[in-house]
Amino acid sequence: MCMQEKKKIMIVDDSVIMIRLIKKYIEGFNIEVVGTAEDGKMALEVFKKTDPDIVTLDITMPKIDGLLVLEKMLEIKDSTKIIVITALTDKTTGLKAIKLGAKGFLGKPFTEEEIKWSICQLINKN
Amino acid sequence: MNEADLHFFIDSIVNYFKEVTKEKAITGIPYIKADKHIALEHTAIIGISGKRKGSIYFTANTEMLKKLAYIILGLQEVSTFEIKDLIGEIANTISGNVRQAYGSDFMISVPVVIDGDLRDIKFPNNIRSFVIPVNWKKFQSFLVVCLE
Repeated sequence: MCMQEKKKIMIVDDSVIMIRLIKKYIEGFNIEVVGTAEDGKMALEVFKKTDPDIVTLDITMPKIDGLLVLEKMLEIKDSTKIIVITALTDKTTGLKAIKLGAKGFLGKPFTEEEIKWSICQLINKN
Repeated sequence: MNEADLHFFIDSIVNYFKEVTKEKAITGIPYIKADKHIALEHTAIIGISGKRKGSIYFTANTEMLKKLAYIILGLQEVSTFEIKDLIGEIANTISGNVRQAYGSDFMISVPVVIDGDLRDIKFPNNIRSFVIPVNWKKFQSFLVVCLE
């Protein structure tokens, strides 16, 4: 277990299957899923309401692109730890996400071990 | 499109099944699509823009997608909405992963999922489409790639 204190997480992905998968994989972590969103616009609304410590964020989404959502979330609260989880696994996208302030980048498809490791890394980056 | 392009897509779909199901998919020999679309029960289409233009679609039957949903999430019952969501995510992942080869100028749309035949879907006449048969367990599906 990498988390001493309970953390709040929000999951953003336009696929409900992916949201369920991430929820399933992080079960047993000291972490509470406080919100989910299936498009960029909804993501920003839920983010403001739930104030999560961690966000998993997809990029290719309807309404507002994930990278723009990333920028806006950090404008609202820059201490939020955002991990981008996307099928866009090229280096440029990864670097762009990190430059914009993402604290982690995970390519789809991913395993349970990979997402758990990524979240632990994020928490330990304090 | 050339042979190297096809390999990027073959690698992408083989990797998807290997990562997600721990069981390899076997791809058949790719061939040029005839005029008629190949469509199984559900099809997810991704539009491609940027440096390359065209479309990619993945088509599969309900039975295969239910089996995948069971393996991924342990779901015994899967709704039509979840089936459509899953096939859209497969198409998105396969298309997104080939950016490792093409770079970030290879822009992909969000998936559009269609049930049944694709008679209203038009691919450009001047670009050849390639069909990649994909066999996983007892199921057959197809990845169709139409790129400038």
